[in-house]
Amino acid sequence: MHEMSITRSMLEIARREMEVNGIHALRKLKVRIGELTAVEPDTLKFCFDVAIKGTPFQGAVLEIEEVPLGGRCRVCGGEVRITAFDNRCPKCGSTDIERVSGHELDIISMEGD
Amino acid sequence: MHEILIEEKILARNDEIAAENRLALSSRGIYSVNLVSSPGAGKTSLIESMTQHLKDLAVSFAVVEGDLEGDFDAKRVESRGVPALQITTGRACHLDAHQICHSLPWVYGHEGLELLIIENVGNMVCPAEYDLGEDAMITIMSTAEGDDKPLKYPAIFSASELLVINKTDLAPYTDFDIKKARENALKVNPYLKIFETSCRTGDGIKEFAGYLAALTKSKMK
Repeated sequence: MHEMSITRSMLEIARREMEVNGIHALRKLKVRIGELTAVEPDTLKFCFDVAIKGTPFQGAVLEIEEVPLGGRCRVCGGEVRITAFDNRCPKCGSTDIERVSGHELDIISMEGD
Repeated sequence: MHEILIEEKILARNDEIAAENRLALSSRGIYSVNLVSSPGAGKTSLIESMTQHLKDLAVSFAVVEGDLEGDFDAKRVESRGVPALQITTGRACHLDAHQICHSLPWVYGHEGLELLIIENVGNMVCPAEYDLGEDAMITIMSTAEGDDKPLKYPAIFSASELLVINKTDLAPYTDFDIKKARENALKVNPYLKIFETSCRTGDGIKEFAGYLAALTKSKMK
C-alpha cells in the first residue's frame, strides 16, 4: 500500500504552492490518475482524508480525475479506448497501437483561501 | 477562492532524484536493473544462479537488496562472493530513488563495477510507480503463480522492459500455461522481452545472464 507515500508527495507539493501563492487554507486538490497506474483512487481518497486530519490541510477535498487507457492507431490515426488490453484498432483492425494515456499521476490544480 | 494551476507529476521529486541516479551511474559506465516480483518468485535465486555465468563473462557486478526487515538476502548473495548492500525499508513496500541515492557511495566504492542489480521489495504493485534511476526494470513471475498475473497486475508488466518466467521445472505440476502467460504479458506490454528460467535446474539461466551481460557491455564506454 503506497497510496500513503503518494499522498505525502501530493501534500508536499500542495504545501509549497500554498506558500508561493499565500494561501492559508486548502479547500480542494485536483489530481489526475491513469488507469494503468498502480494507484487505487478510493484508497488514495482514504489516505488523503486520514493524512490531513489535524493539519493545515484539514477540510480539503481531493478530487480525482480518472484517465482511461487510451491509444492512437499508428496505421489509420484513429483514437482507441483500450479495454481488456485488446490492442486492436476498432476502425482498421491494426494492432499497431501507440499508448497515449493511462499512465498519469499528476497534480492538476488547487483551490484555497 | 480561486483555482491555482499546478500541473506537476505527483512523484516529481522521486523522478528528479531517479534522473540524477541514472546520470551518475551512466557517467561511471554502470548499467543498472531493478528486479521486481511478488514475494517468493525467485529474485534472489535468479541472482544466485546467474553469479557464475556473469563471472565467466567477466561482468563485475554488485547487488543492492531491498527488504522490509533483515539482511537474509544480502547474506545469501554475499556467500557467493558478490558484494551486497542491504536496505531495510521498515514498513515501506517499495524502494524509492532517495534510498538508492544513499546507496550510491557504497556502489562507487567497488572499483571497475559494470552492473548494479537492485532487488526491490517483493511486491507487484507499489514498485511500478517508483523510478529508481535504473536502465531496465525486470519483472519475474513464477509458474507457481497464475498465468493471468500480467492482466491482474498490469502496471508492473507495463513498466518493465524484461520479463523472466521462472520455476519452469514446476510447470508440469501446476496449472500454469507458459504460452498463455507469454500472450497475457505481451497484451499488457507488446515490447516485453521474455525469458524462461529454472533456478533449480539451471535451464535458461545462461541465456538470461548472457543477455544481461550484453546489455551491460553495450553500456560501457
